[in-house]
Amino acid sequence: MESVRFAAKFEFLDEIREFVGVVARQGGFSEKDIYNIQLATDEAASNMIEHAYENIPDGVIDLSCGMEGDHIRIVLIDYGEPFDPSAIPLPDLKADLSDRKIGGLGIFLMRKLMDEVHYEPRPDKSNVLTMIKRKR
Amino acid sequence: MEITVKEFKHCDMITVNGRVDSSTAPQLAQALEAANDGGKYKLVVNMEGLEYMSSAGFRALLAAQRNCRRYNRGEVVLANVPERIREALELAGFTELFKTFDDSLMAVGHF
Repeated sequence: MESVRFAAKFEFLDEIREFVGVVARQGGFSEKDIYNIQLATDEAASNMIEHAYENIPDGVIDLSCGMEGDHIRIVLIDYGEPFDPSAIPLPDLKADLSDRKIGGLGIFLMRKLMDEVHYEPRPDKSNVLTMIKRKR
Repeated sequence: MEITVKEFKHCDMITVNGRVDSSTAPQLAQALEAANDGGKYKLVVNMEGLEYMSSAGFRALLAAQRNCRRYNRGEVVLANVPERIREALELAGFTELFKTFDDSLMAVGHF
């Protein structure tokens, strides 16, 4: 697995998407899957920047990514406030415009676009988000 | 990301190029709000040159749609939505909230 540390700032989302995109492309994913892997990773990193590091300046995100057999494994680690994606209620996609909730959409997309999403807050104060997508 | 605004007789067309993510979505939100502040509520968002849009962009569109549709004074419609972005919008249940057109002039003609 290749690893890179990014400053937890939105301006690095381009590079974060590029990093996982290169691995997914080398791994033989379709253009559609590459886009979706990049989107899921963007949503994961955006959530960390927005929530885990909400009140913490100078946060970092450690991003690792690699192929393992027929699937890609993407691991994002933050050192901010634990933020369990599964604790966020899913958006009601049938709700009318006026009732549509703004939050939770990124997590919903992560779960829909990837085959597995795991979140693990560790005793050393790191929070590890692992996502897996298989080639079809 | 680049935004250009073109005024038509019955609507404004906001053309978004490049990539919309959490970093650039505030600019899109700002452009949509600026149109509303100018009394424009009939908006075409032309996505012909759009390469990428995350949920941050979806949220900006949703906020604008709410504001435009209030009092039945208008709406936001989408034109030339690239395939990948349309798939993500569909997944998020957003395609039911926006009329979409394959052609920007057809979208303009809708108003």
